[in-house]
Amino acid sequence: MSVVSHGIARTGYETKGYFRSPDTVFFTFLFPMLMLGIFAAAFSSRGDISLGPGSPDHVSVAAYYLPGMLAAGILLSGVQNLAVDIAGEKGDGTLKRLGGTPLSPISYFLGKLGRVFVTGVLQAAMLLAVARLAFGVALPTAWDAWGRFAWIFVLGTVTSALLGIALSALPRSSRSATAVVVPIVLVLQFISGVYLQFSMLPDWMQNLASVFPLKWIAQGMRSVFLPDGFKVLEQHQGWELGWVALWLAVWLVVGLVLSRLTFRWIRRDA
Amino acid sequence: MRGLRKEYGGLAAVAGIDLDIEWGETFALLGPNGAGKSTTVEILEGYRHRTAGDVTVLGVDPAHAKLDWKSRLGIVLQSSGESGQYTVREQLSHFARFYPNPRRVDDVIAAVGLEKQAKTRISRLSGGQQRRVDVALAIIGRPELLFLDEPTTGFDPEARREFWSLIEELKTEGTTILLTTHYLDEAARLGDRGGVILGGRLVAVGRIDELGGAEARVPLVRWRDDDGALREERTERPAELVVELARRFAGEPRELEVIRPNLEDVYLALVHAAGSAAGAGAANGEPASNPVHSSSPVHASNPEKEAEPA
Repeated sequence: MSVVSHGIARTGYETKGYFRSPDTVFFTFLFPMLMLGIFAAAFSSRGDISLGPGSPDHVSVAAYYLPGMLAAGILLSGVQNLAVDIAGEKGDGTLKRLGGTPLSPISYFLGKLGRVFVTGVLQAAMLLAVARLAFGVALPTAWDAWGRFAWIFVLGTVTSALLGIALSALPRSSRSATAVVVPIVLVLQFISGVYLQFSMLPDWMQNLASVFPLKWIAQGMRSVFLPDGFKVLEQHQGWELGWVALWLAVWLVVGLVLSRLTFRWIRRDA
Repeated sequence: MRGLRKEYGGLAAVAGIDLDIEWGETFALLGPNGAGKSTTVEILEGYRHRTAGDVTVLGVDPAHAKLDWKSRLGIVLQSSGESGQYTVREQLSHFARFYPNPRRVDDVIAAVGLEKQAKTRISRLSGGQQRRVDVALAIIGRPELLFLDEPTTGFDPEARREFWSLIEELKTEGTTILLTTHYLDEAARLGDRGGVILGGRLVAVGRIDELGGAEARVPLVRWRDDDGALREERTERPAELVVELARRFAGEPRELEVIRPNLEDVYLALVHAAGSAAGAGAANGEPASNPVHSSSPVHASNPEKEAEPA
């Protein structure tokens, strides 16, 4: 299948190009690590986060923010990175050039997806390493926790990547891409419990966030890395993993359909 | 192509073009900006869909072409400069994978004269060198048909000459080339046949050294009369006219010139004629149906039996 083998070749090519763009690497790859460091440093003086005074369940600030940062990393690597990247390739002629070659659009997308995957895995591994080594966060030891991590990570990454591809159709020029995409991603991070403790947000904001995929990725990640008792802080006092899977699957299909409908090698005229 | 038309919101950018390009020839498509050149070429390349007409490129309708059709094309687009984070060799090796029967990467790098820059990132090359990368990418797949869209814009004269010899090598290998350019010397040097597009119509087509018709190539004698007016006369026998003028003025005619029109003169005359016709009334984007030019421009659609280029 040359479509797949070209997709694999594109993955290598894309990943190489990604790590040669320092600004992209900083804002989508290293950013969650930086934010984890800032939150851990800023709030650690206020002590551990617990379910209440005297509760046996308590975790450090770094441990509490780790799942949110993992979720943010998935969103940044997928949505922000791909949307800005593809809008840029549309603007600078990369897509037009590829459109003149026998490369299949499917291979092109497999390459993008592959790159998001490779960079996402590296990013998650580094985040976990930083959390463990620099902030002494205890990581799960049970296999089923890591199994849960794996499917949430994979589903979240694929969904994010497809939404990024779909969102790349929105900016009218490559120059406006960052301005269009970053605020969307930033607002999502604030209302979905990445930077702000989700349980402290008002109900209407929690409900709004529940429409979008990031809240579900973050919730799934909390189920992996926080003590089981913390599920009482969730909106419905449970991890709701079935809903996590369902909502991510819905957004995956939405992303796929929108990508299919909106993608063009060049801006097509009427 | 037959009756090729492309409208944008009711306005015709291409208003009915008939043209045949033969295997192995280099065809130079000329015309001012906005005349419909790029639109025509982009339809042939499969980037845009036409409003009407029939088009066949390498035996296939570009609007319904599959990926294997694209593997037979090479396209040098107008702009370049992207994908700068890869080296010349990386970029070529990567693109070579897309094609069923690519040229060897080292051969192509040598052909475009970038051996020394093979391991340099494309963003660090000069504009002319980046353009050569564009050409290299377009020929890596061993195309049967090569599109060159204003390939040497921004080149210094030496780079342009080097580029020309590169294209001439491809010509001798039998590659069919469609060249669009603003440089008439380039068209004259590389083109076997040429066509001029004005207002979305092909107003002249033919062998590059016969473009515009025989009359447009007749030498022009120009001088200033005693009343101060500039006179000019077309004649097949300029020497006779000059002798007669010398006799008439009993000496040297003022500002005497004998002009043998080259491609640029012919082209400018065509553009000027169409421009004054359009200015006379048809300013609504509708092209001059009959340019006021003494030589009747050959109206496309007669695939003249050309002598095959060497």
